[in-house]
Amino acid sequence: MIYTFDGSLPGILTAVFEWFERKPGKTVLQPSEIFQPEAFAKCFSVVTDSEKADRVWAGLQKKLKKDWLRKFYCSYLSEIPEAYNHLFQFTIYLFQNEKGAENNYGNEHVIALAKYAKSVEREKHRMEAFIRFQHTADGIFYTAVDPDFNVLPLISNHFKNRYADQQWVIYDLKRKYGLHYNLLTVEEITIQFTDGINKKQPTSGLMDEKEELYSILWKDYFKSANIVARKNTKLHLQHVPKRYWKYLTEKQLS
Amino acid sequence: MSDRIREKLNILADAAKYDVSCSSSGGTRKNDNKGVGDSHASGICHTYTEDGRCVSLLKILLTNHCIYDCLFCVSRKSNDVKRAAFTVDEVVELTMNFYRRNYIEGLFLSSGIFKNADFTMERLLLVCKKLRLEQRYNGYIHLKTIPGASDELIKEAGLYADRMSINLEMPTEAGLKLLAPEKSHADVIKPLGFVQQNIVQFAADKKVIKHVPKFVPAGQSTQMVIGATPESDKDIMYTANAFYKNFALKRVYYSGYVPISNDSRMPILGTQPPLLRENRLYQTDWLMRFYGFKVQELLNDANPNLDVDIDPKLSWAIRNMQHFPVDINKADYRMILRIPGIGVMSAQKIVQARKFGKLRIDQLKKIGVSYNRAKHFITCADSPYQLRDYQGTQIKAFIMAESQSKYLKTDSNQLILF
Repeated sequence: MIYTFDGSLPGILTAVFEWFERKPGKTVLQPSEIFQPEAFAKCFSVVTDSEKADRVWAGLQKKLKKDWLRKFYCSYLSEIPEAYNHLFQFTIYLFQNEKGAENNYGNEHVIALAKYAKSVEREKHRMEAFIRFQHTADGIFYTAVDPDFNVLPLISNHFKNRYADQQWVIYDLKRKYGLHYNLLTVEEITIQFTDGINKKQPTSGLMDEKEELYSILWKDYFKSANIVARKNTKLHLQHVPKRYWKYLTEKQLS
Repeated sequence: MSDRIREKLNILADAAKYDVSCSSSGGTRKNDNKGVGDSHASGICHTYTEDGRCVSLLKILLTNHCIYDCLFCVSRKSNDVKRAAFTVDEVVELTMNFYRRNYIEGLFLSSGIFKNADFTMERLLLVCKKLRLEQRYNGYIHLKTIPGASDELIKEAGLYADRMSINLEMPTEAGLKLLAPEKSHADVIKPLGFVQQNIVQFAADKKVIKHVPKFVPAGQSTQMVIGATPESDKDIMYTANAFYKNFALKRVYYSGYVPISNDSRMPILGTQPPLLRENRLYQTDWLMRFYGFKVQELLNDANPNLDVDIDPKLSWAIRNMQHFPVDINKADYRMILRIPGIGVMSAQKIVQARKFGKLRIDQLKKIGVSYNRAKHFITCADSPYQLRDYQGTQIKAFIMAESQSKYLKTDSNQLILF
């Protein structure tokens, strides 16, 4: 049996609800976007229903502690189609077993979710580390990113607490939305970029006059802090994989 | 103007880089005054230099002028290097502007000793106070305690800093006397002890009184230079162990000596820093702090130095084969932690998962156990039946045959004859 859904979190939860109502046996969940009909498998299209989803979520909250609810949410944010299926299977497994079943690391869905969550948390942590703000002429600290996973919802609070007295924008170029902190709350925004504009490194004309000085000082510092006799390129690349260099002021030439 | 500040930053960051500590963890400061900065419990490494070391803090000296002449230090009085000094405001500006752009987690401020200890400590304290009180800065501050500074100054600094540290420099008193006759371990022990007493006192007060200010919430650390003087690994780790015990240090750092002087008492210029040895010492340190090993088990008179070709945990296991094989499905957590190839996370997952049924090899692999290493030391539900017991030395040969040391290529201390 194949269930298809719309790719949303309530969609996965609704699918669980539908499964328990029908008990069709072994079932695989797939986003309808990538669904390919198979010759001999039956198919059911899940219609997302917030009431059903809420009931399943409430059930999960009874079964799981905070750390696992977070793992659940993180796995969803990975946006990986197999992760959606694991979430679906994991939830069914939880409801069919006694409390505490999430600690069964011998179960393939438990270990799969633990791994997805770890990857997403790592990407979240990398964003907290590698984001570099540029101080624009209108006083906003701006940055654009394209993270591997949809981690903006996870980093919002971190930046809000940390930079409570400065306006900032973090924009996800891949998913075409961003966060704007206006000194009070964080709001979701979308930006209509003019064609041909460099979204990552806006021209210096748009920047605060001190911006260039501090980016130069930071590059200087980065060079001075290195101990040449200890050069270890492999370790360097392990910690800062090349795909993140585009964010890093200290890795830009000039 | 900008050229001068660039030059200062280059000189004073270059001089500070031999201090290895860059951790920003353990801070508990919250941004509750609508200021800037909020500590992150586990710390954040914002970038890594090309030597693979983490950059979390803006690590600088206030000045590299120094009245001391310690042989192992670049800033020693007799060394012919450019000298510079930041003003208090310059340090504050740099810190704030770097922090606001998310370049750093905070400030690591050290200094050469100019005039005297109190004069230096006062300047350092002034930077901290300006950041905390004028800039409403709640980011991380790692401050060097200047040995010989007055108790009042040190105590006040503790109210603004997250971590304080003083370097032991050399693992033994004899080593220190050889290279820095003006210094002694006692100079370090006194202020370390003083700060530690205050940490304990503030914590005790907090139990009774509601609003007690923070005092060095991320604790203290120290650093030893490795390989400049001929101490054994045992000397080094026994000293580290004593300092962990007596001063409740959060960290001891081991810094492989990078030659910076032509003095005949130390390795000559151009000698490779002892990176592998440094790595083994850190592994031992971790085993002591997170794996329940006593330092005496890892290093003793029979084994005063760590194995170079295998890590200390494997080395211990091979010397103590009477404890193995361990039954993954029955042994207690402490013993599982001691199996080579199993880390803290895997060990925790194993004890959770085995409640649901006996664990098999494929499950252990998925949990994250490095099975090729662990298989010599464990039995689980479907372990293959083994006719003969292997000797420790044979197991070592098996493991070495299938693993590649990451240091082989860089280890140029090794003499190649043919």
